[in-house]
Amino acid sequence: MARLLFLGRLEDLAGAGEREWALAEPTPLADVVMMLPPALAEALREPKVRVAVNGMLVEAAGLIVAADDEVAFLPPVSGG
Amino acid sequence: MAIAVRLALEAFDPAAELVVFARDHAQAGGIVSFLGQVRAGEGVEALELRHYAPLTLPGMEDLAGKVASRWALDGLLIVHRSGEMAPGEPIVLVAAASRHRRDAFAAADFAMDHLKSDSWFWKREKVAGAWRWIEPREQDHADLARWG
Repeated sequence: MARLLFLGRLEDLAGAGEREWALAEPTPLADVVMMLPPALAEALREPKVRVAVNGMLVEAAGLIVAADDEVAFLPPVSGG
Repeated sequence: MAIAVRLALEAFDPAAELVVFARDHAQAGGIVSFLGQVRAGEGVEALELRHYAPLTLPGMEDLAGKVASRWALDGLLIVHRSGEMAPGEPIVLVAAASRHRRDAFAAADFAMDHLKSDSWFWKREKVAGAWRWIEPREQDHADLARWG
């Protein structure tokens, strides 16, 4: 199972902080996002949303998700 | 130069932290500290900070390293909460100890600007029973841009 994590306001759009996704084979991230509800998919595609795979920041463009990857979507931060 | 960075998952006591920090850096001529706390009033019932474990603490440690290499400090302390907090509770404490006060002021200022808008935290507040996420403000990015 791949795990998708939605941080910050993305959690509200996704209805949960995380979601498991069965991938039969390595799949482009863009295809995974396309299968999500449209409002969520649109928010995930925003350029300000960074992506981490298994805890490492990566470039989302062209990314392939493996069946047991953890993919975190990180919207703009607000700390302090 | 001693660096201490902590992601606090439970409430912490900033006064006690500062007592220890001052004692540990008795040779420093000055200590500058900043405490961020949950603002009371305006109907805010609670504040919650979320983090992403694989990135948040490592990011804070990188930041502390940058601060330490930029200013001549004897010590640096960063404590940042994650989790739900009530009005008046501490969110973040930064303390910088140095021989000369200007280095300590600048170091604490730099660390705070980066904790607010360049660290892996997400913040939401509860008003009238409903949670809403707090988006970064333009001012936060302007503050960050001052450092080049």
